[in-house]
Amino acid sequence: MAVIEFIKRISDTIWELPVSYKQGMRVPARIYGTEKLIREMDETVYDQVTNVATLPGITEYAFCMPDGHSGYGFPIGGVAAMDAEEGVISPGGIGFDINCGMRLVTTNLTYADVKPHLVELVDKFSARVPAGVGSTGFLKISRNEFRKVVEQGARWCVKNGYGWEEDLELTEENGCIEGADSSTISEKAIDRGHNQIGTLGSGNHYLEIQVARRENIIDPESARRFGITIPDQIVVMVHCGSRGFGHQVATDYLQLFLKVMQSKYGIKMLDRELACAPFNSPEGRDYFAAMKCAINMSFANRQVILHRIREVFSSVFGRSPEDLGMHMVYDVAHNTAMLERHMAGGKEKKVLVHRKGATRAFGPGMKGVPERYRDVGQPVIIGGSMETGSYLLAGIASGSQTFFSTAHGSGRSMSRTKARKLWRGEKLQRDMYDRGILVRCASWAGLAEEAGGAYKNIDDVIEATEKAGISKRVVRFMPIGILKG
Amino acid sequence: MPYTFIEGITLADIAFEAWGRDLEETFRSAADATMNVMVEELDSIQPKESRVISIEHDVLDLLLFNFLQEFIYYKDSEQLLLRASEIAIRGKGEGYCLRAIVLGEKIDPDRHRMRVDVKAVTLHRFSLEETDRGWKASVILDI
Repeated sequence: MAVIEFIKRISDTIWELPVSYKQGMRVPARIYGTEKLIREMDETVYDQVTNVATLPGITEYAFCMPDGHSGYGFPIGGVAAMDAEEGVISPGGIGFDINCGMRLVTTNLTYADVKPHLVELVDKFSARVPAGVGSTGFLKISRNEFRKVVEQGARWCVKNGYGWEEDLELTEENGCIEGADSSTISEKAIDRGHNQIGTLGSGNHYLEIQVARRENIIDPESARRFGITIPDQIVVMVHCGSRGFGHQVATDYLQLFLKVMQSKYGIKMLDRELACAPFNSPEGRDYFAAMKCAINMSFANRQVILHRIREVFSSVFGRSPEDLGMHMVYDVAHNTAMLERHMAGGKEKKVLVHRKGATRAFGPGMKGVPERYRDVGQPVIIGGSMETGSYLLAGIASGSQTFFSTAHGSGRSMSRTKARKLWRGEKLQRDMYDRGILVRCASWAGLAEEAGGAYKNIDDVIEATEKAGISKRVVRFMPIGILKG
Repeated sequence: MPYTFIEGITLADIAFEAWGRDLEETFRSAADATMNVMVEELDSIQPKESRVISIEHDVLDLLLFNFLQEFIYYKDSEQLLLRASEIAIRGKGEGYCLRAIVLGEKIDPDRHRMRVDVKAVTLHRFSLEETDRGWKASVILDI
């Protein structure tokens, strides 16, 4: 029987698979989405989210967000909160690209100001922000200095002149998560990462110049508080992660957990990619500290890229970044496990929230939301496909139902291999140019794989998050200039 | 080509099957498939530099997992695109060991048409199995 026949409708946007669906499930699985999104979701999602529901210590539900699609271990869009005392930590619940995330920067320029300079801007980004396979950054630092970077995150960057003090306040965890310990990371991870700070990577990573058209300001008051105040205002959005460093950290601990999971801790898994260790164990604690290093590396990476963005705008317009109003709106992480306090089982407790391809979305008044946004809620930056647009949302109080988590993007609906057969990069670039979107890319094939048609409809995804009450819409952005990894 | 990319198994990542008459050939095919995700034409990689890969594992399929991971490691740490030249796999105690000589060169954007970066080898549906005609590996790479 198809899963869709088995699934219970809780509301228009919340769907549940009960514990009877699969042997070993400790909690039900809840999948968020409109009926259309649920019907279109690939069936592996249901298999993977119910595998997550079998993990020791999982509380309330195994969730999948409306942009969910098949991943490895957890589905992409997977959220699970583990009891901090009895639960596990799993690299497959975080992803290889630890703290892959989004950063949004405003300008006080309008579309009319930027349009004549668009080619120059995108070309300069292409020259100043390395993208693609094996690219290396401009920062030449020693391995020892790199250890400082992964322990201090964006704070290291600001201290060394690559950013403003206010950037830290506007980054999740202030750009430096506490407890990062570089003694828990391998030499191989340092080999892979120490020369990659300030690089975009590839796949779905990008740097985009976008416009907030006046008709796309959905919540003007929240938009104003987030710095979107001028009609047709230009913003810059970045999507990238912890590069080879984070990938190696995840790989190292996946292998360690495979060794100890069953022999030492007696945990059996339905999928080796869900390898895990008790959070409260030497291996679990080491991975948590190493993962935090990768979180910090990613904050540092996006911070240095922001520095480049400010330099490029400044050189093109002959004005300082301050004068151009290049303030950060916020920086959010996608692939993390965070120790947070939430209501679970009727009482507040400490849980380790795994978010894999999902965004933290704290509501108004919550600790962890920057003071200046405390009454509005945390900004949530959602990157859509390169052809369709992106969103700025805000966290809301009813987000407590998903441990304050929401979607992270459009979510793919077609495999890369198939997309390559349907589109050609060169033609796609010309077609997008005709529609007013200028693209530079590191790879034609990589561009074809990222065609808008390979993704779900971003508006459907965002509508589902709002209807479900896990975040609310503030602004929709349209891309006009793109550097694609 | 002794490998093929598979549609429909994974959306964001890339799945492939690789095969060979023996383990060595299968490992070589899987390494080529991994490299072919990152660079369009494998023939454009010239054998200018060599590295030795020497690994062991008590489980055979995880030996392949570690072997493929080495290619991803060299791509980031030294920007090297590599192909397996000689591979020898043998039993060692309860497990297996592999020694390979791999040849290649640094990424040259003028000569290498690059595709997408491989972040890691995943264990999702990862398998290495003996078939009537030799061995077959099924792999999903994180992109």
